[in-house]
Amino acid sequence: MTEFTKLTMAEARDGLKAKDFTSVELTEAHVSAMEAARVLNCFVTETAERALMQAQKSDEKLQSGTGGPMEGLPLAIKDLFCTDGVQTTASSHILEGFVPRYESTVSSNLWRDGAVMLGKTNLDEFAMGSSNETSYFGNVINPYRRPGDETPLVPGGSSGGSSAAVAARLALGATGTDTGGSIRQPAAFTGIVGIKPTYGRCSRWGIVAFASSLDQAGPMTRTVQDAAIMLGSMAGYDPKDSTSVDRPVPDYEKALTGDVKGLKIGVPKEYRVDGMPSEIEALWQRGIDWLKDAGAEIVDISLPHTKYALPAYYIVAPAEASSNLARYDGVKYGLRHDGKDIVEMYEQTRAAGFGAEVQRRVMIGTYVLSAGYYDAYYLKAQKVRSLIAGDFKSVFEKVDAILTPTTPSAAFGAGEKSDDPLSMYLNDVFTVTGNLAGLPGISVPAGVDGQGLPLGLQVVGKPFDEEMVLRVADVIEKAAGPQAAPQEWWKA
Amino acid sequence: MVEGVSKMGETTNSNLLQGVTGDWEVVVGMEIHAQVQSKAKLFSGASTEFGAEPNANVSLVDAAMPGMLPVINAYCVEQAVRTGLGLKAKINLRSIFDRKNYFYPDLPQGYQISQFKDPIVGEGEVIVDMPDGISFTVGIERLHLEQDAGKSIHDLHPSKSYVDLNRSGIALMEIVSKPDIRSSEQAAAYLRKVRAIVRYLGTCDGNMEQGSMRADVNVSVRRPGDPLGTRCEMKNINSMRFVQQAIDYEAMRQIEIIEAGGTIDQETRLFDSRNGETRTMRSKEEAHDYRYFPDPDLLPLEFDQAWVDEIAAGLPELPDDKKARFISDLGLSPYDASVLVSEKARAEFFEEVAAGRDAKLAANWVTGEFFGALNKSGLGIDETPISAGQLGALVDLISDDTISGKIAKQVFEIMFETSEDPAKIVEDKGLKQVTDTGAIEAAIDEIIAANPDKVAEYKEKPKMFGWFVGQVMKATQGKANPKAVNDILKAKLDG
Repeated sequence: MTEFTKLTMAEARDGLKAKDFTSVELTEAHVSAMEAARVLNCFVTETAERALMQAQKSDEKLQSGTGGPMEGLPLAIKDLFCTDGVQTTASSHILEGFVPRYESTVSSNLWRDGAVMLGKTNLDEFAMGSSNETSYFGNVINPYRRPGDETPLVPGGSSGGSSAAVAARLALGATGTDTGGSIRQPAAFTGIVGIKPTYGRCSRWGIVAFASSLDQAGPMTRTVQDAAIMLGSMAGYDPKDSTSVDRPVPDYEKALTGDVKGLKIGVPKEYRVDGMPSEIEALWQRGIDWLKDAGAEIVDISLPHTKYALPAYYIVAPAEASSNLARYDGVKYGLRHDGKDIVEMYEQTRAAGFGAEVQRRVMIGTYVLSAGYYDAYYLKAQKVRSLIAGDFKSVFEKVDAILTPTTPSAAFGAGEKSDDPLSMYLNDVFTVTGNLAGLPGISVPAGVDGQGLPLGLQVVGKPFDEEMVLRVADVIEKAAGPQAAPQEWWKA
Repeated sequence: MVEGVSKMGETTNSNLLQGVTGDWEVVVGMEIHAQVQSKAKLFSGASTEFGAEPNANVSLVDAAMPGMLPVINAYCVEQAVRTGLGLKAKINLRSIFDRKNYFYPDLPQGYQISQFKDPIVGEGEVIVDMPDGISFTVGIERLHLEQDAGKSIHDLHPSKSYVDLNRSGIALMEIVSKPDIRSSEQAAAYLRKVRAIVRYLGTCDGNMEQGSMRADVNVSVRRPGDPLGTRCEMKNINSMRFVQQAIDYEAMRQIEIIEAGGTIDQETRLFDSRNGETRTMRSKEEAHDYRYFPDPDLLPLEFDQAWVDEIAAGLPELPDDKKARFISDLGLSPYDASVLVSEKARAEFFEEVAAGRDAKLAANWVTGEFFGALNKSGLGIDETPISAGQLGALVDLISDDTISGKIAKQVFEIMFETSEDPAKIVEDKGLKQVTDTGAIEAAIDEIIAANPDKVAEYKEKPKMFGWFVGQVMKATQGKANPKAVNDILKAKLDG
């Protein structure tokens, strides 16, 4: 049984097509793995029964040769995607028990193509966090541990349930969403691949909104090829999302040529931040060398406004969030705590329903949009955003892709940063720029730190050039060689 | 007749209000909320039909379910552009939707999608005709598109409120005037004119009772020539009469305060239609901070001039143009023309009556007898007991000398009461005009023969002619053709 969970998505797909095994077998193996790994707390809601029913239907289609591109492949869905008939919580108490009667466009696309849903994965509450410690449903535990140390490590966030589930071989892949790094950072922390596509590539319809101008869905998988397969299914124009872009979805798998000869890869000097651990420096240099060896040309570039990205992000994202989360007011659905009047009901409901980090960001967002502060904060942050986009635009006239580390460190211990929001926010320092500029970025496993914990490299591309990003990442993945899977200590 | 058009801000003395210490000028600006005539809401496909069961016309977007996104309804945009053109306003080819954030149970998103800094329509103007024949111009500051909220119902449960989201998300146009209005009468006339324009355009049904049109009224007072005073805003007034009452009450309230040595606090006030008074709703300190910012779910709204031109080419004739045409082409008086164009339904009724007929005669009948009768019986033009075709037929009977104007008035009264065709009434009642000159001549001869004294008197006083006409009409039960009577009588008496 266990061998089924060791397959990559591509291998599983090909095996199903060749009728070497069935989707039911594949799905049962993943359901068992999911149930055996509850200590990791990857899932808010498990949907084993539904998974097996979907698997049976998939087997019928596979049998008759009418299966879709994702037919019979068991996936985990971040609990930020609304799923018809299945509780959708955003890992918040305020939405506990909320069962949508509609399906997000991205998950609909996956079901259209035949995928199977194992369950809904845990995340930082409303996707606000970098460690999956803000979830109302408890921390997610990283399947990786420091050698000889049982300290639970964080899986990154906000897509921490998805990253841990994929890393622990509980699902072939998972959906994530990335507002400031929420796909790429947890992917790096758990030794998997995560791509945040160009803003507008995947529909946001039916995804619980955090920061609308930054949110973007993407796949989290164990290989670059798997990411290419899954992105092809998730992406596409959706008239229900005014910010989604109407352009054809290429065959991303075909982009993995293994050839980067002659490509120009930019290395931005501003990403060498103060106090960056030497092993991150070393990782970055290894990535540079691999690409150079593969025939790419390394170009030193400058993205001068990088240092303003994090502050700008932590104005724009909370501003939008403060407005997006106003609908959780106890009136229509979700939690309600009664009060003596409507204002008290709002206050009680939101005080009880939102955790500390969400409350912090709603307050920051409300503040920066307030009369008298709007120009100094929100408007200025938007100007910074244009400057950052401008930096990338001019650099991309000279290079094909940009290489950076994904995060400034490997996974840290649970609780190590939760009392210090600023140091927590620094996790996003290399990833937020991609969200602010709307660019595609991928994190690909590229080695380990001194304690054997996974580290990721990030490749950033031009708008809608996911193909380039995948192509470069594929070459890095091959050069880095096989990465050690986590010890399955949770099974003991 | 030359009409006076006052310049913006200029005032005539008749508009001044008398205080204890002297004259005051009231300054009014209005925000008209006009519901866009459209089958679907501004950002969702839900129906806008009035009178549906509570919460029947609510989509996932209108209810602000998690993950739902707005998509602009292109037809509502077209309607806003059409309205902007009707207000002779600048159409902005690029505009932005913003979120106006506040908490209220009938505002499911916790924000209203509106347009704040960059509205779809910029400055324009509306020319308003007053009953005394004077016109004045009201500047339009802007028109923007926004969502309506739902409705809270507080009287169905002792401690809880109900919420009906049928209106939630319906498209509104907020038409903001400059402070160019100087009296409550002008305010009502302006509102009436804007309503006429949107009705002509078919962009809003203007139905104030159903809430399709309502107004926020800003009122301040000042000594003539002084800078603007501090204003108070009265929200959501839903009839012409209430607009006038609210302004009259509010202006006097402010004058009394200032004359007593007080100052006006800028605040939002509520007009209570039961006692005609206004009272504080919330002060400036309590005013919401709406935290406007561009809605990240929507791209800037952009279209090209060619599209605007296409809409402009398809605009119907608007009241000002129609009035000008009635005067120049049909020879109507400016007064009649402005009365006729003041409402789309009136103009349409008149044009049907006048089609192929003597327009001036038709105008006299429509503005005189017909409007008078409607007014007297308290009916709207949509409730008229007689059709335009029937009134036209009556005009035909006059024009072809079948009946006289005087008899026509009798016929009209019967028509208005019974809705019968005029020809049938004339036939049934034997009201056909006597044009048989022989019969008229015989009657005249008889009267002359019987009244030699009057004939002698006539020679001295030609005014006596009228007495003879009266006698002839009496003898013929008013059916004699008046022109024939005149001609024959004149010949006999003078001959």
